[in-house]
Amino acid sequence: MSERRGFYSLWLREIKRFIRDRTRLVTSFVQPILWLVIFAAAFATRFIGSLPADLNFRQFLLPGIIGQTILFTAMFMGINVIWDKEFGFMKEVLVSPISRLTIFLGKMVGDSTDAFLQGIIVFVIGIAIGIPINPITLLYTLPILMLISFGLVSIGLTIASFMTNLEGFGAIQTFVNLPLFFLSGALFPLKGGSLPAWLTDVAAFNPLTYGIDALRHVMLGAAWGPIQVQSLWVDIGVIALFDGLMVIVGTWAFTRMK
Amino acid sequence: MPPVIETHQLTKAYNSFKAVDNLNITVEPGEIFGLLGPNGAGKTTTISMLCTILKPTSGSATVNGFDIVKEANMVRKSIGIVFQEPSIDDRLTGRENLYMHANLYGVPASEQTKRIDRVLKLIELEDRADDLLRTYSGGMRRRLELGRGLIHYPKVLFLDEPTVGLDPQTRDHIWKYIRDLKEAHDITVVLTTHYMDEADRLSDRIAIMDYGKIVILGTPPKLKQTLEGDVVVVRANNVDALSELVTKWLGFNQKQIVDGALEITVRNGRFAMPRIMELATQNNIYVESILLREPNLEDVFLHYTGRNIREDTSKELHGIAAARRRQIR
Repeated sequence: MSERRGFYSLWLREIKRFIRDRTRLVTSFVQPILWLVIFAAAFATRFIGSLPADLNFRQFLLPGIIGQTILFTAMFMGINVIWDKEFGFMKEVLVSPISRLTIFLGKMVGDSTDAFLQGIIVFVIGIAIGIPINPITLLYTLPILMLISFGLVSIGLTIASFMTNLEGFGAIQTFVNLPLFFLSGALFPLKGGSLPAWLTDVAAFNPLTYGIDALRHVMLGAAWGPIQVQSLWVDIGVIALFDGLMVIVGTWAFTRMK
Repeated sequence: MPPVIETHQLTKAYNSFKAVDNLNITVEPGEIFGLLGPNGAGKTTTISMLCTILKPTSGSATVNGFDIVKEANMVRKSIGIVFQEPSIDDRLTGRENLYMHANLYGVPASEQTKRIDRVLKLIELEDRADDLLRTYSGGMRRRLELGRGLIHYPKVLFLDEPTVGLDPQTRDHIWKYIRDLKEAHDITVVLTTHYMDEADRLSDRIAIMDYGKIVILGTPPKLKQTLEGDVVVVRANNVDALSELVTKWLGFNQKQIVDGALEITVRNGRFAMPRIMELATQNNIYVESILLREPNLEDVFLHYTGRNIREDTSKELHGIAAARRRQIR
């Protein structure tokens, strides 16, 4: 009972902080537009050959940028943990009678909700700038967005729980963000023959690969089938497994946090 | 009534360094118990163990009858803590911080609003309750933290350096709140401080700590009585020479130089004063003034540790740094 309310109040805190942070909301609009407009215009011709005939590059790119936004937001959330440690608020939470599992879950689901909302914002931007994707598919992307967020936020929180300063976290963040992003097939199709084999092999170990693949299944529909990485259900299975694993790791990391 | 806190040979060691060294203390219900000592004496380490934040290396302790290691969760539920450093979320309002705390400590939902309103009234923050914490002054934040520690009706309230980094007027205010809170809620308070006046004015009993050990323990008047005497304060043109002379010829060993004045603790000041004057005149030392006063806690501290607590200024910096950090965010 008290665990449940502890969870709720930790979750609510993250949401309130997110909504009150205007600058973060505004900047969350800018980056995806840059990718979807400038990058798409420059690289469309480079990859168009690997795409099925009924898909254009911007349609292909939108799910990738949604995945990227969630990844970057999720990792960014780790910074909040370091702030909380630095400014003492974490102490108030850690000495309370709430279990570490609840503390981790409250923070993780709260941050995931933020990342999830950012993902929705990018979807809406995509539709708004005229990318031909059926808006109804947003409904199907919601559970996938949430699933992707859980695991990625857990990575950010776990790393942050070991760190004591923001500079160090910033450096590590880059080491995690960029490889996961570049090796996920967010920007280019993994299948379809245009990539060296080692790249596709490495991408198979990246959880984000399956997240973005799942998003493409539901957003692009049958057109995605010919160059899919895995079937939708395999994608979802892999993400769910990864999430479960990361919750265990994250809770362990929070248990040893002082 | 059984004691609220009892420690048996409580020890916290970091490698060979003992931050807390075989500590045995007993805190009675309803008292304000002060742990006084310089920075690094082991006060915060002691409190951290009692609050279950740190695990003792050896020894044991009970808080409200619960073992701090085996029943850590029960201990946590029954205590309130105000940390030395700020621990509130300044992106939330005062009221939101209090609700959050109530939820973390399992206060029944039906009780929360009532308790929070009462606490806000007690700490006189009703009219600012719905403002973001970042707009609060340092003293207001401290009051909110004090009030927050009471929301779940703890039996013991731990205050770690409650007024560090605050201006004198605010400190005065906070002291009044701590006394009021204690009366209103009928709780036991354990506080650490390196301010003599704070320990003196607030505590029912004081334990002076140094190098991880209790040097002496008692009520403030009792501690002062243990010095058995008076303090003679001499201002002269050469206090260093005078200091050597009074030891050599009069046998006074308890002395220190504070703000350019020689302070000598003697058994009977009225008899010592003429001897000191005489000695100064014989040695061509010009005495500007001489006065007699009762010993204070500072003298007690010097007597038992051989050091002046005011030599230690690092905590002061700490307070300023903490205050600055409050502003940055």
